[in-house]
Amino acid sequence: MNDKITSALKVPETKADDKPIVEVAGLCKWFGDFCALFDINFSVNSGEKVVVCGPSGSGKSTLIRCLNQLEEHQLGTIRIDGREVKPGMKGIEEIRRDVGMVFQSFNLFPHLSVLDNLTIGPIRNRGMSKSEAAEMAMELLDRVHISEQASKYPMQLSGGQQQRVAIARALCMRPKIMLFDEPTSALDPEMISGVLDVMVELAEDGMTMLCVTHEMGFARQVGDRVIFMDDAEIVETADPESFFNNPETERAKIFLSQLLSH
Amino acid sequence: MAATDQTLTRERPKATISLSQTARTSLQVLQAIIIFSILAWVSYRGAQAMEYNWQWYRVPRFFYRIIDGEIIWGPLVLGFIETLRLAGVSIIFAVLIGFVTAFARLSNSFAGKWIATIYLEAIRNTPLLVQLFLFYFVLAPIFGMDRFWAGVLCLSFFEGSFASEIIRGGIIGVSRDQYEASDAIGLTPYDKYTKIIIPQSLPLILPPLTGLIISLIKHSAIVSVIAVSELTTAGMNLISETFMAFEIWFIVAGIYLALTVTLSAGVSLFERQLEKGKH
Ligand SMILES: Nc1ncnc2c1ncn2[C@@H]1O[C@H](COP(=O)(O)OP(=O)(O)OP(=O)(O)O)[C@@H](O)[C@H]1O
Ligand SMILES: [Mg+2]
Repeated sequence: MNDKITSALKVPETKADDKPIVEVAGLCKWFGDFCALFDINFSVNSGEKVVVCGPSGSGKSTLIRCLNQLEEHQLGTIRIDGREVKPGMKGIEEIRRDVGMVFQSFNLFPHLSVLDNLTIGPIRNRGMSKSEAAEMAMELLDRVHISEQASKYPMQLSGGQQQRVAIARALCMRPKIMLFDEPTSALDPEMISGVLDVMVELAEDGMTMLCVTHEMGFARQVGDRVIFMDDAEIVETADPESFFNNPETERAKIFLSQLLSH
Repeated sequence: MAATDQTLTRERPKATISLSQTARTSLQVLQAIIIFSILAWVSYRGAQAMEYNWQWYRVPRFFYRIIDGEIIWGPLVLGFIETLRLAGVSIIFAVLIGFVTAFARLSNSFAGKWIATIYLEAIRNTPLLVQLFLFYFVLAPIFGMDRFWAGVLCLSFFEGSFASEIIRGGIIGVSRDQYEASDAIGLTPYDKYTKIIIPQSLPLILPPLTGLIISLIKHSAIVSVIAVSELTTAGMNLISETFMAFEIWFIVAGIYLALTVTLSAGVSLFERQLEKGKH
């Protein structure tokens, strides 16, 4: 059964210069009887930037949450950097440490300072010393342009600043890939560009990224590929220019016209 | 906008002391004083009608005596220390039992959930006194415990059942986002709970836990029925020697009151410190 699905895996044209970081084949996921993901196949190569978009409820969040097993899937295979990710597996922490995740609602630890939000992972997971971790954290905070806020608590920061801290916290684990789940959609308009700038810089530094977003400008600027999802399936995969200019499928056309009318 | 004849400016108004609040507080204090005076007067008259022979002057020696320039602590002080020891050890065990039970109930383990549920139902649906007898007459001989440890374990298991509810509530009160964020950076389950979830549930757990500690101190009096030499036992022994029932029960109650009030004041101070440290 799995073999059949794997053989059906069509890897779209990519920069294919490197090994795949994410390989997903025949992935299906149900919430109760509701099918949230159906026969999902795709892969992300090292250094690639892939944008996922699609209407609300199409399964975008569920998809990227399956990759680090915040949601458990029922069928299909997921490989992160060659290691298969299985529901309820032992050692899932090891894999999660290689997968940075940024949430829509930031999800910083409110009882820890900004610096401690960043260092807790390296200290607890990688056995780094406090000073080593703090040094790395300050570097990363600098990279997201927020080092002057290191001793503050998350509640004292604006949404945009919190999201940049959340990005830095994920980077602190030195992940092989970064997953973003609509990182700017909970932000006030004037906060969005700061976060997008950081993400663009990250992309330019060569980070592998899988990003759920409806920011077309960002998708065009850094995306190597757009994956369009609708009703639990991948409906279309294309490079950003052709996807946004000439979507192939009717569903993508409807989605894009709705997106533009906002 | 409120219809005032003052014009609104951007300047922040000066803080004013609310007189009505002060007045209300003083009224309440006054009420309390009046009620307590009436109670005191009624009991005093009652005692007089019984021709009770008050002997307050004999009370200090129940606390301490000075013999040859050395202080000898009296039965009330020794009993008080024993109560502190009993309650202190029991609280530690109760909180431990509470944590274990709370996590057992929150776990996916079928056995864990079952054992926790049976324990909670058994404790809640039997009288504390019967539990104490079970610990003292049945479990103590089996496991070779003395009366102090029988008392400690009985109190710990009794209050532990309430502690587990409090702790479970606190842990459930932390939002799912925090679990996901901890998982996403790859924290181990142990780190997730000790570094992220439990620290955030402490503000939810601490206030009701103070209430629990206070009720444990009060419940600790029950171990006097198995003659653990704590405060209530000391009081009873003194009364059988001196027949000063009124004075001694007033004093024993006063000592419990002082202990519990000090404790709650201490904890609210600590909580405020905790809040301050955060901002
Ligand atoms: N925990 C859950 N239990 C039941 N159903 C769920 C759960 N999480 C998601 N779903 C359902 O699965 C479907 C896909 O949800 P998902 O959050 O992945 O959509 P999405 O594409 O991210 O949408 P949005 O753009 O609104 O974030 C939705 O219909 C949603 O109602
Ligand atoms: Mg979503």
